[in-house]
Amino acid sequence: MAETKKPARPLSPHLTIYRPQLTSISSILTRITGNALLVGALLVVWWFVAAATSPEYFAFADAVITSWLGDLIMFGSLWAVWYHTLAGVRHLIWDNAIGLELATAHKLGWAVVYGSFGLTAVSALIILAL
Amino acid sequence: MRYLTDRKRVDGLGSAKTGTAHFWAMKTSSVALLLLIPLFVFMFGAMLGKPHDQVVAFFSRPLPAIVVALTLIVGFEHFKSGVHVLIEDYVHGMAQKIWIIAMTCLSYAAMAVGLFAIAKIAL
Repeated sequence: MAETKKPARPLSPHLTIYRPQLTSISSILTRITGNALLVGALLVVWWFVAAATSPEYFAFADAVITSWLGDLIMFGSLWAVWYHTLAGVRHLIWDNAIGLELATAHKLGWAVVYGSFGLTAVSALIILAL
Repeated sequence: MRYLTDRKRVDGLGSAKTGTAHFWAMKTSSVALLLLIPLFVFMFGAMLGKPHDQVVAFFSRPLPAIVVALTLIVGFEHFKSGVHVLIEDYVHGMAQKIWIIAMTCLSYAAMAVGLFAIAKIAL
């Protein structure tokens, strides 16, 4: 292998130098929600394992996940999953080179944000009623 | 060994040619999850906090059991590919490799454990 020395090149401006915008924040949130969903997903897997194990162990796991902290994680995950879903739909639209104009991109961004709040509220109420 | 620089060796070869496959895997799994996630959310949400016998009876039925199994498979596959890109963006060198391998193992382990659980409940 030829020896390569890394010259000291100037770096492009870092993320922190930019003013936060709807497009950047909604994009970053897609990544955060998607990866943070691991916590809720692992809890759900544990809940199924408990259900497959015994009624006593299920009662314990179910109590943990429906405790105030469990409820908080599950409610947060509910919002995260709707946000990530809507942001994913936005990407599926963008993949066709549609909606990339700044004005449309902004509208889509707000649709994802408010849509995620709406879906979270409606689905939480439905789940509570079930 | 030929007298070639690293640059000359790869020049004109294009990318590693796996980016398209990764993109397509994310696209197909995301469309599948578009259907699976709402079904899963309401099925799991309805059963969370319910008595054990009711939970087992519900997830023994074909549709809920199949939805749970598919969501575990497609969901953790999608997560595995997504977290891969996250790690590639922020972690570099040996740590990057370790993190990608660890998260891939975790994804498949969680998928397998979940599938075992739903199989035990349903069958």
